[in-house]
Amino acid sequence: MIDTLLSPPASTGVIDRTTAADASVSSRAALRAAPLLRVTDLKVHFPTGSGRHAPVVRAVDGVSFDVPRNTIVGLVGESGSGKTTTGRALLKLVAATAGRIEFDGHDLSSLSEKQMLPWRRRMQIVFQDPYASLNPRMSVAEIIGEALDTHKLAQDRREARISELLERVGLNADHRTRYPHEFSGGQRQRIGIARALAVEPDFIVADEPVSALDVSVQAQVLNLLQDLQRDLGLTMLFVAHDLAVVDYLCDEVVVMYLGHIMERGPTREVYARPRHPYTRALLSAAPVPDPRAPRTRILLKGDIPSPIDPPSGCVFRTRCPHAADICAQATPPARSMGPDHYVACVRLDEIDAS
Amino acid sequence: MAMALPSNAGGGDRWQVLRLLVARKTVLISLIVLVVLIAAALLAPYVSPFDPYKLSIMNRLKGPSSVHWFGTDDFGRDVFSRVIHGGRLSLMVGFSVVILASVLGIALGLIAGFFRRADKFVSRLIDAMMAFPDILLAIALVAALGPSLINVIIALGIVYTPRLARVVRASTLVIRELPFVEAARALGVPTYCIVTVHVLRNLISPILVQGTFIFAYAILAEAGLSFLGVGVSPDIPTWGTMINSGQQYMGQADWIMIFPGIAIVLSVLSLQLLGDGLRDVLDPRLRKEL
Amino acid sequence: MTASSRDIVLSVNGLKTWFHSRDGVAKSVDGVTFDLARGETLAIVGESGSGKSVTSLSIMGLLPKPAGRIEAGKILFRDRGGKHHDLAQASAATLRRIRGAEIAMIFQEPMTSLNPLYTVGDQIAEAVLQHEGGSHAAALKRAQEMLERVEIPAAARRVNEYPHQMSGGMRQRVMIALALACNPSVLIADEPTTALDVTVQAQILDLLRRLQAESGMSILFVTHNLGVVAEIAHRVAVMYAGRVVEDAGVYDLFERPTHPYTRGLLSCIPTAALLASRERLQPIPGNVPSVLALPPGCTFAPRCPIAEPACTQAVPELLPAWPEHLARCIKVTPQ
Repeated sequence: MIDTLLSPPASTGVIDRTTAADASVSSRAALRAAPLLRVTDLKVHFPTGSGRHAPVVRAVDGVSFDVPRNTIVGLVGESGSGKTTTGRALLKLVAATAGRIEFDGHDLSSLSEKQMLPWRRRMQIVFQDPYASLNPRMSVAEIIGEALDTHKLAQDRREARISELLERVGLNADHRTRYPHEFSGGQRQRIGIARALAVEPDFIVADEPVSALDVSVQAQVLNLLQDLQRDLGLTMLFVAHDLAVVDYLCDEVVVMYLGHIMERGPTREVYARPRHPYTRALLSAAPVPDPRAPRTRILLKGDIPSPIDPPSGCVFRTRCPHAADICAQATPPARSMGPDHYVACVRLDEIDAS
Repeated sequence: MAMALPSNAGGGDRWQVLRLLVARKTVLISLIVLVVLIAAALLAPYVSPFDPYKLSIMNRLKGPSSVHWFGTDDFGRDVFSRVIHGGRLSLMVGFSVVILASVLGIALGLIAGFFRRADKFVSRLIDAMMAFPDILLAIALVAALGPSLINVIIALGIVYTPRLARVVRASTLVIRELPFVEAARALGVPTYCIVTVHVLRNLISPILVQGTFIFAYAILAEAGLSFLGVGVSPDIPTWGTMINSGQQYMGQADWIMIFPGIAIVLSVLSLQLLGDGLRDVLDPRLRKEL
Repeated sequence: MTASSRDIVLSVNGLKTWFHSRDGVAKSVDGVTFDLARGETLAIVGESGSGKSVTSLSIMGLLPKPAGRIEAGKILFRDRGGKHHDLAQASAATLRRIRGAEIAMIFQEPMTSLNPLYTVGDQIAEAVLQHEGGSHAAALKRAQEMLERVEIPAAARRVNEYPHQMSGGMRQRVMIALALACNPSVLIADEPTTALDVTVQAQILDLLRRLQAESGMSILFVTHNLGVVAEIAHRVAVMYAGRVVEDAGVYDLFERPTHPYTRGLLSCIPTAALLASRERLQPIPGNVPSVLALPPGCTFAPRCPIAEPACTQAVPELLPAWPEHLARCIKVTPQ
């Protein structure tokens, strides 16, 4: 195993864009008006067999949200929520069944694979599994080189650029000729990040990038992502199931359940005052590393329904402690609860009153 | 399915694979035997003491002696020299069959692995071909094509293609779902690159293992075909034709049959043991890492 | 080391479990000592390579043979009849009798721990028949009772279902039912909620707490998640590279983390305090050492912020830093 300690070095000529992290309110409004990514009513359905009447897995079933520039948006949910599929659909790695995906004002939904190529430079993905996300038969230099060659970047200074990228993620540039199995999990994840950065993207989907790592290594990679986002002015969609990590890293959070968005808004706001019954249950269930913390446990009954046959109306109603007949009638629309805070529940007023 | 997953052996690992292989006694012995056989085959003209075609009726059916180590056959030809030259042909046939089966098998397997609709057709074709016993299918094909060395190679190549295609198809189905292939698509890498760089490179291990077994089967099949008289013509010395012609002298001059037989056993056994060793070495390593 | 007021059911003392392979000797467990009292939940916390799973396998006698062997140490267990056994030396017959009936284990992946070819009821009944005998019908009845006890709805119907017909959370409940069918005094839970969703995890932890309160069983809970530890444990043993480095009550551990590794772990997870102060996570530099090549002396020294040359001289002893709070560090405890 190679023992490489991390310490992000000073910027080495990689493109630096100023961030707008401390922008004033008016600039924030401007940012919101022109989000980098706008998803409208996205649906991704997978047929379970051939034939027109085969049952369909409704993995994503009408999801709409924005990702403002220079922010990290967290996408949380449990299994079957559709968060992973959403991340992949944004990059058109899975075909969307319906809906619009607008990137920087351009509708990507109808583009062919060939037309997508220049856009693929601007949006990239980091995967969850550090072991399977790198081709075991390619050296690190080849892995990153492939990214550069596909988009014909840095062709005249290829080796230097590869070294730059490796150092940017805290790895030793001399290890470029080594193969993935010679690195630890955390280091492989860094290689995956370097590959994504090679094309100089504006937007990165991080699909549970630290879930498969040890706790002490998770912190290393999270810090790296935070630094990169800040230094390079990246916009990120952080798909995760660990609520504490999302709280730490993300400016905004989108909570998904069975293919629908239950609640979305600024992280501080949603965590401090969760409005949707599912968000409340989720936050109360998350284990807190403090034995003296007060615990109000909202235990949900039953299991998550199958996405092949989701409940009618509000998909959460079969487990919701506040469900009523009205919940079965229609999918609840997103109701505004404050600046940029939306909740999809028709019984909010009654719940608050009780 | 351990064999279907890509091995984590990277470039620098080839030496480690070799070291692990020779650590096993059976594999080491098999490798040595194979090297000797192949060397003898390649150097046949220099190594064989007599001309394998030279007739010498006076010396016919003589037993093993210090002059003729393996004795002489019914035409007085030196059996030892014929075994060496026969080995040349038999090993060449085996090797060519592996190449042909690989080319066809990889093509079919990749098509079946990548294209769902083609897969339905290709899988049924593979199943149908494998339903026949290898020898019967080979006989049928040689009968259709006509008996000659080239046609035997073609026939056997076709017979063993399904075996390889199946393995390639299974591995392809697994590999194309792996995140690193998805990552390549996310980068915008064109499909043909994904197939060659990502998929094929990870197929090397299962193909190598299968190829070793096919080599063994092909040698055996060629011998079988020639023994039955439906392979190459009897005056060309292959191990199979030698056993065929030695049949009539069973009891009288057993050495005509026994020595080519031993050669077949040695080469097939060594190849199979080598294949087993390769499979063991390449699989648990990936299980450990993945 | 043990307070006389605690009623100790399981006592592990200086356990060493090594694996002998062609590549060398992997010292997965190299000095583990802890006590488990009646009715108590002891959490064993560690990252990968810490040896926590191998510890639980050693106690159960489920080490892969012939590679894994208990080299040294005692595993003292007090059975239902009050008799003491040293599980490290016990015969295979004794271990088989104790396994399942007195000490039971549940695993991380319920799908592979349950036989997909048999109904859930049959699997529980098998355990009952094995240890207590009786008729098949009586065993099935007990199986149904157990399913009800772990709060599986419509237990009468579920008894005849197969594992693949159930969700992950329900399969985990079945595994708990299977483990508790013969009323063991100790339950070893090896990362039982790691593969489950957050809401399901909460249900399972709640269930375990309730079952413990009802039956008074002790739980040895192996995990890497400090949040789960805070939820369920009474006492905590922190493991690093095969050794217990800190052993304390749960409140004490979080309020006064003593060993540098424990402190490091707590600094690299997002806690409420960290979020409030808006500081960065402080990762522990370096990597967990390979079990084939452990550093000399204190195995944490290469990554420790307060290490000094004396740390690599000898393996520190596990000594009290506070009452009922042990730590393995020469800088923290007077040696």
